[in-house]
Amino acid sequence: MDIPLLTLMIFTPLVGMIVVMMLKQSQVQLIRYTSAFFASLPLLLSFLMLAQYDWTTSQLQFVENHLWIPSLNVYYHLGADGISVPMLFLTALLSFISIVASFNIKDRVKEYFAFFLLLEVGMMGVFAALDFFLFYVFWEIMLVPMYFLIGIWGGPRKIYAAIKFFLYTLFGSIFMLVGILLLYFNTDPHTLSIMELIKLGPTFGKDLQLLVWIFFFIAFAIKVPVFPFHTWLPDAHVEAPTAVSVILAGVLLKMGTYGILRISYPMLPFGTNYFSLMLAILGTIGIIYGALVSMAQKDLKKLVAYSSVSHMGYTLLGMSVFFIASDGTPFITGLSGCMFQMFSHGLITGALFLLVGVLYDRAHTREIAAFGGLWAKVPVYGSLMVFFSMASLGLPGLSGFVSEFLVFVGGFAKYPVVTGIAVLGVVLTAGYMLRMVQRVFLGPFNTKWEGLKDISAREIFCVAPLLLLTLAIGIYPKPLTNLIAATLENIVTLVGR
Amino acid sequence: MPINIPQIDYAAILPELLTGGMALLIMLVTPFIPGNRRYYTGYLALLGVIGAAIATYAGFAKEVTTFSGLYTTDFFSTAMKLVFLLGSFLVILLSDNFTRLLKLPAGEYYSLILFATLGMMMMASANDLIVFFIGLEIMSVALYVLAGIRRVDLKSNEASLKYFFLGAFATGFVVFGIAFIYGATGTTSLSHVFDISLYKFPNSGLYLMIGGALLLIGLAFKMASFPFHMWVPDVYEGAPTAVTAFMSSGPKAAAIAILARVFIFAFGEQTAVIAPIFWVLSVTTMFVGNLTAISQSNVKRMLAYSSIAHAGYMMIAFVAASGEAVSAVAFYILCYTVMNIGAFAVLIIVESKSDGDNQLASFTGLGRRHPILGAAMALFLISLAGIPPTAGFFAKFYLFKAAILKGHILLTVIAVINSLISVYYYLRVVVVMFMIDTETEFRPVTYPSALYVALVIAVMAVLALGILPSYFFPFDQPMLVPFG
Repeated sequence: MDIPLLTLMIFTPLVGMIVVMMLKQSQVQLIRYTSAFFASLPLLLSFLMLAQYDWTTSQLQFVENHLWIPSLNVYYHLGADGISVPMLFLTALLSFISIVASFNIKDRVKEYFAFFLLLEVGMMGVFAALDFFLFYVFWEIMLVPMYFLIGIWGGPRKIYAAIKFFLYTLFGSIFMLVGILLLYFNTDPHTLSIMELIKLGPTFGKDLQLLVWIFFFIAFAIKVPVFPFHTWLPDAHVEAPTAVSVILAGVLLKMGTYGILRISYPMLPFGTNYFSLMLAILGTIGIIYGALVSMAQKDLKKLVAYSSVSHMGYTLLGMSVFFIASDGTPFITGLSGCMFQMFSHGLITGALFLLVGVLYDRAHTREIAAFGGLWAKVPVYGSLMVFFSMASLGLPGLSGFVSEFLVFVGGFAKYPVVTGIAVLGVVLTAGYMLRMVQRVFLGPFNTKWEGLKDISAREIFCVAPLLLLTLAIGIYPKPLTNLIAATLENIVTLVGR
Repeated sequence: MPINIPQIDYAAILPELLTGGMALLIMLVTPFIPGNRRYYTGYLALLGVIGAAIATYAGFAKEVTTFSGLYTTDFFSTAMKLVFLLGSFLVILLSDNFTRLLKLPAGEYYSLILFATLGMMMMASANDLIVFFIGLEIMSVALYVLAGIRRVDLKSNEASLKYFFLGAFATGFVVFGIAFIYGATGTTSLSHVFDISLYKFPNSGLYLMIGGALLLIGLAFKMASFPFHMWVPDVYEGAPTAVTAFMSSGPKAAAIAILARVFIFAFGEQTAVIAPIFWVLSVTTMFVGNLTAISQSNVKRMLAYSSIAHAGYMMIAFVAASGEAVSAVAFYILCYTVMNIGAFAVLIIVESKSDGDNQLASFTGLGRRHPILGAAMALFLISLAGIPPTAGFFAKFYLFKAAILKGHILLTVIAVINSLISVYYYLRVVVVMFMIDTETEFRPVTYPSALYVALVIAVMAVLALGILPSYFFPFDQPMLVPFG
């Protein structure tokens, strides 16, 4: 019998949310464990999904398709392929880790975990939805809990950050809505099925493609965030509680790039070809700009936040490279780099935010200048932090290196000049990461932190899976590249139409 | 000379008879009930509304034209009547505790609500401009009195007087418009206007257009559309809150119903001439409503401006002027009714706890003091802002879809930008409720049960209409066939 795997993955957190809401506010431990339990179910299911997924084909798998709103021809259509499977797994993993990492939340515990589980529903849904309407609904559902999580449990400027995040993202998504309606209007019979629209892709007129491409790009670029749209990100990250930052960086940003790959690319091939150089340039600006701004940061969390802007630039540069090679095979190196970076950045930056949170919980400051020589005092924590900083700056043998390498190899094949500039980003990244490591962990010990405790077992439990995965796919990237290859080839073929 | 008695189909007007009859019955029995028990008439009113709703539903989709073609019940009027009755039902539930608390004259109050509902129902079914006018007046007069029903409250008196003067002025425009239409076509029957406008004025009849424009002025006033919206904030703020809830949904719906019948049905292809006016009205109304709402610190006033903004969204349907747009606007008004009355229900509870204060500050920490109430309010506001998976989102989606299908891309973009602006002020209430902590102790309240029933119904409706709209609304059936 076929089990509706994706539905289960999406909606078990919803069940969890309802269960959590029925518990008493005072049963704090029970609420924590219940939430962790319900967040672990999608993770277990995602292992099942990985085991069952056939990576040799670009066909959609685990498909579920039911009529939802007959009058609009809207379907409850779910499915997964090579680009959604890694994202679903990453979402499940980071959600579980974040929930465990949130055990130290003391204020309004019940609402916190309820919102967190609802957030997971929205994220899972976005990566599995194959109907535009469903996609949009999940895309928006996720906004509401995120808004509350930042606005209630955030730092001093939480309200400003929450509203800014909400309005920015909503600004983008309403343009997506208009784009969706435009495509809907231009098909006969009217359809909102992403798969149907992809088939119809080349038949859309050029002007329509460009217009809709821009509408979609506004929505996705704000999420990524691409350079001029990025200003919500540092605010949201700095104010958000640790676990929410992990989700923001690890999953939410990827929704933007995922959306471009899933929707804009195959559906609007003309627009994609037309704008690919722009993608490469914006990506490079993001890489350099993000790195330069990171260098100037005094706040540890802000540094990691801006490093996300820089790292997400790689995904853009990577995805701008696609063509059918002279021997007829689709060139996917750049796109693999992009996908690889999406996954790897989720692991690395997620872990960095967790670790910054660990330090902040103890020291109640994130000011880089306030620390010094911590490594001797907290050796385990120091080693972990250094490990992930190295991963972030692309040390060979760790996952960040593989993705940057793929992006650059791909990039030189199509945009050598732009890529050449982007390579400078690696140096800059090394610059700010090493400078941070040096000023926080090396040098003379600041005696103020005499009583600092090392990382606890629960916190190690949160970081360990990320560390293992970073190492594993850094040393042996083949499982992941294999997983995504067939689907990416299909996308490049579709764009080449 | 023998008088021809026209064929009268009483079954077709059964809902109206029940509503009006119950209003009269309440007026009759009220003097015989001791003063402190008069709020029991609320149950009679509920009974009347439920009876009327059942009668309406029973006659669903039966097309009957009776009273020599003056009155028609069709799919559209039936659907609209159900919306009015739902609104009145919720408002009566809201009023139960309210009338007792403020010592309002309950008998008169409920019968006036029913009369207003009767007027709306007549407007939805009118196939003749005179019948429409009678319905409009029944509704308006009842509302003028309702706005001022708190005789001891100066603000309420002011609201009533303002509403009355400006309303009477608007009515004048309506009559003038009807006169012009009669002058141009020689008839007040909407079906005849349609026939004549088709043959006599193939392009555009000047007098017909003037008549239409004057009629539109009167109805834009009732709908609270720019530039005829100036009365809205004061009247909404001054009127007792339950009455405001009623005023902001019912009359709007009734005005929509008659606008659809006149401009989409009767004017036939002339509608194209008037569509640019609707375009301008829609855009300005949205902007004025939303931008002014941002600067409000009083939640009741904020909801008043938001109601102006929503009138702007609804006008989109008349720009698109298609059968689909009529369905969309009917669905929109249904969703608006439940989410708007729901928000007012929460406002009533908050008000009663903070001694009639409806400033934004009185919502401080509501999410913590009373999580369920806070969550319900958040849901209504999110729905008003049009975020899925709530009714408000689907209503907007459907409306925008109808507009885009007719090629109004710019209008749609303006509308979505406006919904974005609206998010700001709706979320501000959410911020105050959830993200700012308060020192004040939570005062234990007696639960006004009827109010909570209304609240539960509204919450369920907002979710149900947002998640499974097709099960509650017949989208695939043509509501009102345009152009004949």
